[in-house]
Amino acid sequence: MKKINQMKMILDSYSVNEGFSRVAVSAFASQLDMTVDELGDIKTIVSEAVTNCIVHAYKEKIGKIYITCTVFENGILRVSVRDRGCGIPDVKKAREPLYTSVGGDRSGLGFSVMESFSDKLSVRSKVGVGTTVTMEKRISGKKYE
Amino acid sequence: MSVTIKRKNDYIYAFIKGEIDHHTAPEIRETIDEALSVSETAKLLVLDFSEVSFMDSSGVGLVMGRYRYATTLGKKIRVDNLDNRNYKIMQMSGIEKIAEINRKEN
Ligand SMILES: Nc1ncnc2c1ncn2[C@@H]1O[C@H](COP(=O)(O)OP(=O)(O)OP(=O)(O)O)[C@@H](O)[C@H]1O
Ligand SMILES: [Mg+2]
Repeated sequence: MKKINQMKMILDSYSVNEGFSRVAVSAFASQLDMTVDELGDIKTIVSEAVTNCIVHAYKEKIGKIYITCTVFENGILRVSVRDRGCGIPDVKKAREPLYTSVGGDRSGLGFSVMESFSDKLSVRSKVGVGTTVTMEKRISGKKYE
Repeated sequence: MSVTIKRKNDYIYAFIKGEIDHHTAPEIRETIDEALSVSETAKLLVLDFSEVSFMDSSGVGLVMGRYRYATTLGKKIRVDNLDNRNYKIMQMSGIEKIAEINRKEN
């Protein structure tokens, strides 16, 4: 796949940045002529991934969240969200619907939502090193030229 | 983001406006829980999503949490006016087995 355009940003893991991150990514992605639904899918995925960095990866502390968005020639958008936080001991288990390691008002649906709104989702993680969540979505609109 | 509480007969209505995510959820939760705790006679909490412009799984957590709290007070909950996306996200949690959830009309 040939890269056409790329955007990178680094954010502090303050919850106020959740709204900013999904708007920034969707603004960059809108060059692909997305439908309102597709744009909504992207916003939701980014919100889930960034929230996980804030809530789980860095917990009580503030760390950096690295977001990379890449547009490919064939109309595929790739978004990766990386942290240098605590890591996930068992990724398979973490991706199970309704699994959550914290109580309270978390529902354990983040990964299920990301999977259902993207075409491909990969999670790479190492305890003590960090986590990278990468999603790909084929955009149905006009191809980028 | 804002929450407007209205009471009518045995019902408490919470009209949520704006975006629901992990950042905005605590304030929404506090307003709704306060309304729940002071309304001794109310039997049903209706969460109205017609003005919700965005939500992620934090919206599901918010609803599940209100369900649990309302249950301890002997009250029920219902969710109204979800758009298609938010309805789909809600359904993933299986919440419709324990509480009524309704889509926006048309
Ligand atoms: N970036 C991350 N760093 C460390 N742990 C993570 C990360 N992302 C997810 N996890 C782990 O995976 C679990 C499942 O994540 P998921 O997003 O599906 O649910 P949740 O965040 O617990 O709840 P919800 O997303 O519904 O609010 C989390 O409870 C957490 O233990
Ligand atoms: Mg999550």
